Amino acid sequence: MSDTIATASPSGGAPKVSKINEAVIRIAGNSQDGIQAIGGFLARLAGRSEQEVMTFMTIPATISGGPSIFQVRIGSGEVLSAGDEADVLLALYQHSYEDHIGSLKKGGIVLFDADHVEPKPEWQKDYHHVGIPLSTLAVEAIGGTAKDKGKNIYALGLIARMFDLNVPKLEKLISERFGGKDESIVKNALVAFHAGYAYNTGNLLETFKFTEGPGKGGHQVVMNGNEALGYGLIAAGVRFGAGYPITPWSDIMELLRRELPKYGGTFVQCEDEIASISMAVGASYAGRVAVTGSSGPGISLKSEALGWAVMAEVPLVIVDVQRGGPSTGLPTSVEQSDLNIARFGSHGDSPRVVLAPANVEDCFYTAIEAVNIARKYNVPVFILSDQAIATRIEAFPEPNLEKLCQDISPDLTTVPDFKPYDLTTPDGVVPRVVPGTRIASGKYPVATGLEHDEAGHPTAAPKMHQAMVAKRRRKLLALQATVPVPKVYGPPEGNVLLVGWGSTQGPIREAVDRARGAGDSISSLHIKHLNPLPNGLDNIFSGFHHVFVVEMNDEGLYGYGQLGGLLRARFCDPRIRGINKTDGLTWKVKEILAAVKMKLSSNGGAAKTV
Amino acid sequence: MSEAIAEIPARENASLAPPAPGAERKGLTKKEIAADHPTWCPGCGDFSVLALYFKLIEKRKIWHEKITTVAGIGCSSRFPYFVQAHGVHYIHGRALPFATGISLSRPDLHVFVFGGDGDAFSIGGNHFTHTSRKNVKLTYVVMDNWVYGLTKKQTSPTSPVGFKSKTDQWGAVDYPINPMKQAIAAGATFVARTTSTNPNHVLAMMEAAMDHDGFGFVECLSECVEFYEGAFDAANPRKGGVFKEVPKEHDVTDELAAYKLAGADFPGYFGIFYKNNKPTKNAKEAEIQRGMMEKVKGLKDWQILQKNFDKMK
Repeated sequence: MSDTIATASPSGGAPKVSKINEAVIRIAGNSQDGIQAIGGFLARLAGRSEQEVMTFMTIPATISGGPSIFQVRIGSGEVLSAGDEADVLLALYQHSYEDHIGSLKKGGIVLFDADHVEPKPEWQKDYHHVGIPLSTLAVEAIGGTAKDKGKNIYALGLIARMFDLNVPKLEKLISERFGGKDESIVKNALVAFHAGYAYNTGNLLETFKFTEGPGKGGHQVVMNGNEALGYGLIAAGVRFGAGYPITPWSDIMELLRRELPKYGGTFVQCEDEIASISMAVGASYAGRVAVTGSSGPGISLKSEALGWAVMAEVPLVIVDVQRGGPSTGLPTSVEQSDLNIARFGSHGDSPRVVLAPANVEDCFYTAIEAVNIARKYNVPVFILSDQAIATRIEAFPEPNLEKLCQDISPDLTTVPDFKPYDLTTPDGVVPRVVPGTRIASGKYPVATGLEHDEAGHPTAAPKMHQAMVAKRRRKLLALQATVPVPKVYGPPEGNVLLVGWGSTQGPIREAVDRARGAGDSISSLHIKHLNPLPNGLDNIFSGFHHVFVVEMNDEGLYGYGQLGGLLRARFCDPRIRGINKTDGLTWKVKEILAAVKMKLSSNGGAAKTV
Repeated sequence: MSEAIAEIPARENASLAPPAPGAERKGLTKKEIAADHPTWCPGCGDFSVLALYFKLIEKRKIWHEKITTVAGIGCSSRFPYFVQAHGVHYIHGRALPFATGISLSRPDLHVFVFGGDGDAFSIGGNHFTHTSRKNVKLTYVVMDNWVYGLTKKQTSPTSPVGFKSKTDQWGAVDYPINPMKQAIAAGATFVARTTSTNPNHVLAMMEAAMDHDGFGFVECLSECVEFYEGAFDAANPRKGGVFKEVPKEHDVTDELAAYKLAGADFPGYFGIFYKNNKPTKNAKEAEIQRGMMEKVKGLKDWQILQKNFDKMK
């Protein structure tokens, strides 16, 4: 925030008011303090105020209690990541204070609950300490026993005062959030909010005011990646899904279970992951592309059925909300380590499509694209989301739902004859004829996992297997020809090209901006279509001296991660090297820049792996 | 249900001569229903089940396109290739969830699932339990031969103790599953047992299962002449055995009585052990849909979604 502050001179003894165009606020407490609610209010407010917003949260993998944080970055300009360092830290407990002071920038403000936090003298000179007995004041404000419930809203009031946030809009958000319940709940929440807002800021060192951003026009919607993905599937016409609970995928299945019946659809919670994919493939076979999903370990269980869908050429959308692995791994942390299973998992030669959304907005549109690719090419399509994108909240321009929503009901019109695996089509694609359709010739198809002839009857003839393998490959080649070449962010030629995929787009772009600001020759490229890869990547790579693939997965035995490996195999280009990390946290901009610097100075990695 | 199956599709291709209004399609002949010649060994009990499935389709005037035949993996699971109807040859053990996907999303179709004992009670055991308890509307016929035939004589979950197979050279040691008990305990709403050597009884059980509004499960003893010859002679009067029907006085709604009946020593009883008319999952989901759709009555799909988006502004 400090680089962008245009400071107004302090007037008399009143706190200084600084004009800012962005701020990073980190709220640290326990998982049951309702800090996600404060974060949610701030994010939604930013969305309604035509500001950009991005959030970052961590939740413990345990059921109840445990440290939790919520970080919000609000800006009048473009916000690409959740921010490396916080400008303000709100610490509710001693552990929140001690564990997160390091995330606060030097000179930043730490607001702490004086009822629970004993500030450390040695930190006083680096950070502005502001102690407020939050717990006591919240009880005073709303009385009774609801102290733990009201504390978060009281703190929201404080933050609203500190950043001169729009009070009527916040009041409306609070009323909307708590409305519909007991009226006294809304009343209490508003009382707590106003008590926080009215707290004497005399001892706060400064307050802030956001500069007006460029008006965007049109409405923004605010949601997290799981919501955007779930609603995207509904817009795409998906009306059946099946799944099994696993973090962080479960939100999507809960959303679909709640929403699909409104559209005459169903979501089934199954006995296991295998039943989930089987039921979804069954529903897809019956006519309308269906969805299943999971996270890491669950995807492994689905891989046999995935192979069947490839072989039988039945469309399907599989969502993988990646988390740290292998095995149970880090259930509530982020990692991009499922690209290999999405790309290669299952047995035999089983070509499938893999897409990765770059941000929350992209989750919505990727869901629609995935459904349409599945339908057109009769192939399973993976959507590789991840824990970070699933849980972070962003504001984005409201989609035109009237235009985007589509009906994908099957056509049951009688056909004269049907060869489900016709080998004569140039792109290998045969439009499906689904059950319920009368076939006038009286010859009916079998959808099968055995290698088959054009009619779907089993055959082990060597030439037929070869021809069918090629047919399944040809479909993806046809798709590849339609995949747009991604655009380079920054100049198309230079020293360093950072290549990323999935949720890392924001911090990578911010790293490029920052390094270019410092005079470095650096650009980035984000790949959304991971299989098939777009054509023309080699041309882009040839414009740079170094190609670093930035991923949240392990650098492996040879110095590059999972996308790095795919690109190396595809282009045999020794300039492709990896920038990887596996700490379960999203990339910080400074981490990316430090890694680039190290790679460039050592250069040893390249020599070893050439 | 039979009426729904026999319904003529609403939309007919203009290029084909549509049937005159009111004109009835003739019922299918066996020739029109039969597809590939079965790959089973001569003498296999599964031939009888297939022939009786054809007979059921003939008798009830079911059209090709109104049914879907689904199977997993195993000798008996080759079934869909031999039937002229939309068919699915899925993966081992998972035919039931696949069939559930069809059943729940296409109320206009009737789904028949055929499989063996390995599919139903070993690799697919979990799905058998949960499809039973969910009471999904479909018909499941398990051709139980007490042995893995396709992979050439390994012990199956229904092999009796002492059965000598390639994986139990000295005789099977694990206690077998009792399919009737398993189904009753799992909450199946139609549980019947038959044997391929009694064709009339097979047809009667399959038809009753089809007409049951819910999960209709039939265990059909079906001899593997190659790897377990004579397994079911004790149930075949022609081989000196006894075919004992479920006693007339048995109350099919009495779960405990059914369970007791299922415990009888081999060859046991044949007929309907248990039946109740609990609402199906299909009906319950449809009820949820009706309730939810009532709240958004008159709105187009995009307008329903718009309501959600309006709340997220």
